[in-house]
Amino acid sequence: MAGGYAPHMPSAPTPRGPLSELVLGALHHAPGSALPAVALDHVGDPLADDDLHLALYCCYELHYRGFDGVDEAWEWDPGLLALRARMEAVFEQGLRDALAGWTPPPADATTMDLALRTIIDADDAPSLSRHLETRGTLQQLHEFLVHRSAYQLKEADPHSFAIPRLSGPPKAALVEVQADEYGGGDPARVHAKLFADTLRAVGLDDTYGAYLDRLPGVTLATVNLMSLFGLHRRRRGMIVGHLALFEMTSSIPNRRYATGLRRLGFRTKAATEFFDEHVTADAVHENVASVDLAGGLVRGEPALVDDVLFGARALVELEGRWARHLLAAWERGASSLRAPLGLRVAA
Amino acid sequence: MSDEARITPYRDGPLLVRGPFVLADQDGNEIEVRNRTIALCRCGRSRRKPFCDGMHKAVGWRAASAAQDPDGPLREA
Repeated sequence: MAGGYAPHMPSAPTPRGPLSELVLGALHHAPGSALPAVALDHVGDPLADDDLHLALYCCYELHYRGFDGVDEAWEWDPGLLALRARMEAVFEQGLRDALAGWTPPPADATTMDLALRTIIDADDAPSLSRHLETRGTLQQLHEFLVHRSAYQLKEADPHSFAIPRLSGPPKAALVEVQADEYGGGDPARVHAKLFADTLRAVGLDDTYGAYLDRLPGVTLATVNLMSLFGLHRRRRGMIVGHLALFEMTSSIPNRRYATGLRRLGFRTKAATEFFDEHVTADAVHENVASVDLAGGLVRGEPALVDDVLFGARALVELEGRWARHLLAAWERGASSLRAPLGLRVAA
Repeated sequence: MSDEARITPYRDGPLLVRGPFVLADQDGNEIEVRNRTIALCRCGRSRRKPFCDGMHKAVGWRAASAAQDPDGPLREA
């Protein structure tokens, strides 16, 4: 990451099944190539399936950095977009099914912050941050950071897709949050850069996409959720709800992660600044995002209330599944990654 | 950006300060501010005073956003 911040183009990952094989195979050819027909009935858990979520992740990545050696025109290739839409339908139906028993709390523009809080209060997922604060091992800390690298190295980008879809006060609120995420004009303070600093300081690779092959579907799903919401204008309420809830549940866990880093001997500013910065920055953002952004959005577009709450609840659902996956693997003494760090990923 | 500072108490949360301001301790030493908008602790439980660190949530601190009525209940909803 030295020098002029030239964007690094990640290498395409290794396929994990028929969908990712089809997508990654196609990307080696010229855009416009007809895609072979493919069935989606092999997909297991639509919220965690390795093949589905790697294939979706790769389709979405074309809208962020792309892949080394892949023609940039694939981003808007109609055949690939048609396949992506089918995969998105499976993913979204999985979310709807998982939340079938959930009723959105009543909310309007003036009570949106309270409604979002009831979603947080009802969350019964185990606390990953408390584990890493008090007893996580170095290997577990490394794995946690590797999982998070899928999002944190493009932190804030999925939510930025919502900016042109908003207007007036909620747009100003979103930009107020995003300006901090992007360092307020200082490239050294861009949050994704601070996360890269942390990765290097603890001995990990800060290259964008370096760990993609190791990340299980349950992790990729948490990032795909943001792209699913962010890339579609009609889901603007969901991406706003996602951001609001993300910010509302950030400052206290980030303080715990910083404490965990220090407990494991990482006391340099490079190691801890990402988490320390988020403690105070997100104490600002949670209010702006819940009241001014989410509340402001439904003031102008009251019909989006349930979308905002769905986006928030979906985040809690997938983060909870992800945290349970990590803690269950560690409980068994196993790695939470597809291959432990230090070992090659089997193709 | 307005040419005057705007301070907003958020419900059950901190005071957000936007606009031009200087943050200094009682001896006049400036306190470093990194971001354009800051949140000042209102509940007294922050470990990063004068800034908010989200601890009001952990302790269930409550306060309305609007000014408190001195003749109203001790704890506002």
